[in-house]
Amino acid sequence: MNYFPEEVLEHVFDFLTSHRDRNAVSVVCKSWYTIERFSRERVFIGNCYAISPERLIERFPRIRSLTLKGMPHFADFNLVPHDWGGLVYPWIEAMAKSGVNLEELRLKRMVVSDEGLELLSRSFANFKSLVLVSCEGFTTDGLAAIASNCRFLRELDLQENEVEDHRGQWLSCFPDSCTSLISLNFACLKGEVNLAALERLVARCRNLRSLRLNHAVPLDSLQKILAQAPQLVDLGTGAFVGDQNSESYHKLQSSIQKCTSIRSLSGFLEVAPCCLDSIYAICLNLTSLNLSYAPGIHGSDLIKLIRHCRKLQRLWVLDCIGDKGLEVVASTCKELQELRVFPSDPLGVGHAAVTEEGLVAISFGCPKLHSLLYFCQQMTNAALITVAKNCPNFIRFRLCTLNPVIPDPVTSQPLDEGFGAIVQSCKGLRRLSLSGLLTDQVFLYIGMYAEQLEMLSVAFAGGTDKGMIYVLNGCKKLKKLEIRDSPYGNGGLLKDVGKYETMRSLWMSSCEVTLGGCKALAKKMPRLNVEIIDESGQIGVNPDDDRQKVEKMYLYRTLVGPRSDAPEFVWTL
Amino acid sequence: MSPDMVEKVTVSDVAEMNFEETELTLGLPGESRSQYSGAGTKRGFSETVELKLGSSVDESCKDGESSEISDEAAKTPTSKAQVVGWPPVRSFRKNISVEKKCKYVKVAVDGAPYLRKVDLEMYNSYQQLLSSLEEMFTICKLMDPVNGSEFVPTYEDKDGDWMLVGDVPWKMFVESCNRLRLKKSSEAIGTLAPMTPTKCSSTSR
Repeated sequence: MNYFPEEVLEHVFDFLTSHRDRNAVSVVCKSWYTIERFSRERVFIGNCYAISPERLIERFPRIRSLTLKGMPHFADFNLVPHDWGGLVYPWIEAMAKSGVNLEELRLKRMVVSDEGLELLSRSFANFKSLVLVSCEGFTTDGLAAIASNCRFLRELDLQENEVEDHRGQWLSCFPDSCTSLISLNFACLKGEVNLAALERLVARCRNLRSLRLNHAVPLDSLQKILAQAPQLVDLGTGAFVGDQNSESYHKLQSSIQKCTSIRSLSGFLEVAPCCLDSIYAICLNLTSLNLSYAPGIHGSDLIKLIRHCRKLQRLWVLDCIGDKGLEVVASTCKELQELRVFPSDPLGVGHAAVTEEGLVAISFGCPKLHSLLYFCQQMTNAALITVAKNCPNFIRFRLCTLNPVIPDPVTSQPLDEGFGAIVQSCKGLRRLSLSGLLTDQVFLYIGMYAEQLEMLSVAFAGGTDKGMIYVLNGCKKLKKLEIRDSPYGNGGLLKDVGKYETMRSLWMSSCEVTLGGCKALAKKMPRLNVEIIDESGQIGVNPDDDRQKVEKMYLYRTLVGPRSDAPEFVWTL
Repeated sequence: MSPDMVEKVTVSDVAEMNFEETELTLGLPGESRSQYSGAGTKRGFSETVELKLGSSVDESCKDGESSEISDEAAKTPTSKAQVVGWPPVRSFRKNISVEKKCKYVKVAVDGAPYLRKVDLEMYNSYQQLLSSLEEMFTICKLMDPVNGSEFVPTYEDKDGDWMLVGDVPWKMFVESCNRLRLKKSSEAIGTLAPMTPTKCSSTSR
């Protein structure tokens, strides 16, 4: 190994693209560590508090692409208070100061400020790609800075961010000299954009492959855009409302037909079904279809649309598709790999329109299915066992019953056996979310069979500490465990404290862990940050009462000790 | 896979427990505590509901321990409580979906044997609505300024008055419309503002 000159090893390492491979290579020996770190260009940090920006830059001075994740997953569901943390500014600042040649920044669940975006846009001359997923804290002014200053911008991808819209002219800030855009996604923005500027931008960016518009782009603008960009591969249509009889609608139809490269379609935020005729022409080649923001497409219109899409690999829909609609999917979409069925009634006060029947139909029709997110009214063990048998290739399996403690409606039993069948059959399962009535039994199965499991989400489970212990003992590859409203206490938490250093993080809320238990854990494991979120201030009132229950606890391994930006309601023990 | 017996709960590290609360019964969210499995030290779904929302437990259901499912189905949605973060849907998605309303109104056509219903929220302009009605009832073009129409579209507003369709902005119309009626032109004369009362042409679309 040491006989090769550095350049040769570097060249060899160039072929290693996955983070895991590069991480593995870096621990072989000192010289490999050194060579690897100087040649590393892409770094993924799953928890922004596990390491500091300074240490990152010190180890990987040639970094060009950084991926950061901030808040815990349950922040998506309002379980993490505002101002918890996850700010990206210190990272941008540190990299700017160190002269890092940053080209790509991908953030998930982080707080991004306009100042940060401004600094980003001015500090990195070769900056090419900004991807923000579920972030917040910035406005369209920050986007204006990116548009103005990033001369070689290729990608601006905003997915489901909370962006304050100042109704300015951010899109107009792309200079006429900007022709490098390959991907532009602003579907999540609420405000108007300068349509003329958008049309001109699209016209001059001949390499544009992916374009996702927001609801404010009307149909005739869409038509002009498509006429200029028939090379598009991925299109988000925006609102897609228009008058079926108008001339611009007919023009749209012919423009769409010329877009023979479109493989991925989304949007339809306010569609009237009469406008759907225009897209049937491109449905045949679609591999990805996202209708989960299109409550206006349902019933027979939805089914008619699906019947055109024989090559779909990814489908996101609302549950108004119904079990019958899913049967159509099963008979039409034989190549389906990923399915997400979202509730059209997200407040959960009504009834979901899909049940176990729809899922069973899918499992018979779509044997290639490997990723599932399924919100449903109910589930049975028999159905899950059938699904497990039909689809042994699941990598991600997330099931959510609208009533989180609903038993099998046919047998009144918990859903232990059903989920047990899933983990036993799907040997490659990496991510699992459970719901329905559950006992310790399902966790026994998970511990026994889910050898590749990396992320487990548990809510309203039943049972005892044993359940948690089965999982921590059995799942050797577990990285993230998040639990809410379940009966696990100090017994489960403290059984195997060393385990947490092998994991990225553990979240427990509305469980039975006490302040004393958390303190004990923190004391034993100095390389974990054990954070208590004390929204009500109760813990602050009696910080010595170790018997009190901790409402929200989030712990994670870290190399840099307690974070300095913790707000006052977060205690690091 | 042989189903093991569900373990008997042993309560070791929690204080007193009301044994009735551990009884497992079927029920829907918002039910009283006794209806959910309180196995072990778990708080139970309904207790979480109470903690998080103040008591939203329906008083009436405390009487019967094992209410029939049909009783629950009859309850209005407002009696069901909601828990923070359930179902687990990103707030971004919740905002989008909730905006979508539907407004179904009855549509009567003079001479037609039965009424239909349309969802006004499905349309964005008068033109779309009228086109859809023309298709639904297979009638000639409504509000045709050139040839005149066989039918005149009218609607009943919130005050109970019958109005001619088309005067107010679309969104205002959707807001105030209770029901639609396509009156025969010949009858409409005299009840509404003057329209061109000619026969409709045979070539419609």
